[in-house]
Amino acid sequence: MLCGLEVQEIARNQAGNPLDRRSFLKCALASGAAIGISGAAQPAAGMGSGAASGTQDDARFIVEAKFYQKLAERKIKCKLCPRECTVGDKERGYCGVRENRGGVYYTLVHSRVCAAHVDPVEKKPLFHYLPGSIAFSLATAGCNVNCKFCQNWDISQSRPEQIPAEYLPPQRVAEIAKQYNCPTIAYTYSEPVIFSEFLMDAADAGHAAGIRSIVVSNGYMQEEALKTAYGKMDAVKIDLKSFSESYYRQVVTGQLKPVLNSLNDSDEEFRELAQWVKANLGPDVPLHFTQFHPEYLLKNLPITPVPTLERAKAIADAEGLHYVYIGNVPGHPAQNTYCPKCRKMLVERVGFTASQMLIRKNCCPFCQHPIPGIWHV
Amino acid sequence: MKTVRNGSRRDFLRQSFAGAALLCAGGGAGALAGAEPVAAKSGAAGAKSRVVVAHDELLRGADSKVDSGRIQALLDRAMQAISGREHPVEAWKALASPGETVGLKVNTLGGRGISTNVLLVAAICERLQQAGVRPSDITVWDRDSSELERAGFHLAMGGERVQCYGTDRVGYEENLAAWGNVGSRLSKILTQRTSVLINVPVLKDHDGAGVTIALKNMYGVIHNPNKYHPDGCNPYVADLNMLPEIRTRMRLTICDATTAIYQGGPGYKPEHCWNANSLLVSQDPVALDHTGWQMIEHKRADKGLKTLEAEMRAPRYIATAADGEHKLGTNDPKRIAIVEA
Repeated sequence: MLCGLEVQEIARNQAGNPLDRRSFLKCALASGAAIGISGAAQPAAGMGSGAASGTQDDARFIVEAKFYQKLAERKIKCKLCPRECTVGDKERGYCGVRENRGGVYYTLVHSRVCAAHVDPVEKKPLFHYLPGSIAFSLATAGCNVNCKFCQNWDISQSRPEQIPAEYLPPQRVAEIAKQYNCPTIAYTYSEPVIFSEFLMDAADAGHAAGIRSIVVSNGYMQEEALKTAYGKMDAVKIDLKSFSESYYRQVVTGQLKPVLNSLNDSDEEFRELAQWVKANLGPDVPLHFTQFHPEYLLKNLPITPVPTLERAKAIADAEGLHYVYIGNVPGHPAQNTYCPKCRKMLVERVGFTASQMLIRKNCCPFCQHPIPGIWHV
Repeated sequence: MKTVRNGSRRDFLRQSFAGAALLCAGGGAGALAGAEPVAAKSGAAGAKSRVVVAHDELLRGADSKVDSGRIQALLDRAMQAISGREHPVEAWKALASPGETVGLKVNTLGGRGISTNVLLVAAICERLQQAGVRPSDITVWDRDSSELERAGFHLAMGGERVQCYGTDRVGYEENLAAWGNVGSRLSKILTQRTSVLINVPVLKDHDGAGVTIALKNMYGVIHNPNKYHPDGCNPYVADLNMLPEIRTRMRLTICDATTAIYQGGPGYKPEHCWNANSLLVSQDPVALDHTGWQMIEHKRADKGLKTLEAEMRAPRYIATAADGEHKLGTNDPKRIAIVEA
C-alpha cells in the first residue's frame, strides 16, 4: 500500500512570507489535502509527434540550475534535495538530469517534456481541488528516488536523452493548457522536484495567462527549494510511499533485497500515520490509501487486498481524520467525499470523474458544515 | 634501447607494487581462456590471477603524444604475456574467433584528455582483424556518440569497416536486467552486437567510488548509472558485473594507463594526470582493479596526498566483487601475480 499528501492552495499568495517545512504543509493542508498515489497516471505524448529528444548536448534544454553550491576542483554540491549530491565535473547527480560542466551545474530538462496529457484532476489524485476539472499534465525524465514499484519507471528512471521528448517552453505550456480548456497545469508522472526550474517558469507563464499550477511530488527536497519552487503552486500533492523510515531507505531509494522479506501493511504504521497527520496537519486533511500494483522491480508481489485498504481507512477514521479515501479500487464507496458532520455524500466519483458535486460555497448543502478545499473555479 | 626500457619498466613496477610478487614476461604464463566466466578462469584452488603490467618509458614521442608503433608493440607484449603465446595474433585468436562479434567498451567520459586512447583501440582492432575477425564484426562503443567523438574517435555505422558509435544510436533493451540491488536496461550494443566483450577502461581516480577502472566501466553499459553512485558505488558495481549478459561475454580487460589520473577524477584534470605509459591486462577484473588501485595510491603518496581510505573513499566495491556471493575474481594480493611485460 502507498500513501501521499495532497496539498492545496498553498502559499502562492504568501510567497513573501517564509514558512518552515511543517508550517508550509500545515498552511497548505488547512484548505484540504489527501494522501494517495500517483501511480495510476499513464504518461503519453499528448501532442505533437513525440520526436526524439536530441542529444545530451541539445542547448534548448540546458539551463543553469538554481539550487547548488560551487566547491573546489570544479565540484558542486546540489542543494535541491536532501541527498546533497556532490558531483564532479562531467558527472550527474542521482536524478540523472542535472550535470556538472566545468564546475557549473545545469539542468538538462528545462522545457524537455517527455509526457504530456490532459487528465482529470481526480487522476492525480486531488479530490479537494476543482472536482471534475481537467489539467494539462506534463513531465520530464528523471527522479531523485528509485521506488522499486514505480509505475512510470520508464521515464522516471531514465536519462533525458534516452527517451523521446518535445521542446515545450513555458509560454507554450500555458498556450496548450488554454487551447485544451484546462484551468490547471499539473506537474506529475515522474518527479517534479528534479525539474523545478522548468516548473517555476511554467507556473509563472500559466499564472500570467490565468491558469493555476499543481504538482504531484514526493516532496523530497530542501526547504529553500521547496518554498521557492512549490511556493509558486496553487496545490501540492505529496506522495508518501510509507510511514516507515526503513521502507524509505530500502524500497524508495536504497537496497532492494532486505525489503522483499519485510514488506507489510501493519496496523501500527497506519495508526502512527493517522496520528501524525491529525496532530501536525489537522483532522481535515484528506488521507488516501491507494492500492499497490506490482510494477518495475516488485512485479513478484501481489496487489494490496481491498480488505487491507479498508482496515487502514477504518483505523484512520477511528483516529479522527475527516476525509479518508481509498484509491485505485474503481467503484469503491470510499472514493466519494462525505460530510464529516451529517455523513451525506457530497462528491460522487466514478472512475476518474466527478459524477456529482453538491458542495456550495465551500459548505455542505445539507448541514452547512465547511468542507475544506478549492471547489469552484 | 631494450636495456633502458626494461630497466625503467622494472623500476616502475617495483615502485608501484612494493612487496608484491613480480613475474617477468613469460614466467608462469598461462593460456587465455575463452568463453567461460572469469570466475571460472581464476577461481581454481591455488591458482593465481594474473595481471600483466606492460610499461614503456619511451611510449611517447618528442611532442609527448603516444607513438602508434610503440603502443602496438606494448599491446603485443602484454598480450603475449597474458596468453603465453609467442605471437600476438595467436593470443587474439585464443580470445575471439571469426564469426564472433567483438565489442570494445571504451571509456570516453573525460574527453580527449583522459579517455581510452584511440591509438590503443586501433592497435586492438588491427590485431583482431589479423586474428580473423571481420572489421564489421568489431564495434568500438560507449554510452554516447558525442563523447566518443570528443575523445577523438571517428563514428562509423554500417558498411564493412570497424563500427564505432554510442548506445544513443541504438538504445537500450526494453526489459530490465536485475541482479542484487541493480535493475537496469542494457545497451543493445552489448546484447545484440557483442558476443565477446573486451573492456578497455582508463586508470582513474573517482571522487565518489575511489577509483574507476575495469568493473566500474560497466556503468557505461546501463541506462541508469546515476542511481548507483551512493555509498561509493558499493555494492552496485559488483552487482552490475554479475548480470549474466555482462559476465558471460566478458573475455578480457585491457586497461589504458598511458595517461592516468590520481586525483580529481573521473573528469579531466590535467594538473592531476600523469603519463604512466602502461597497460594493465587481465582476465580477472577484480585483480586488475586492485592492482590499478595500488598504482593510484602509489602515485598519490608520491604527490603527498592522503590515501583513499583516509579520504573515506576507498573502493570497497572491489572487495565486494571478490566476496563469496559474487566471486568475480580476487582482491587478495597473495593470489594476484603481477606480470611485467
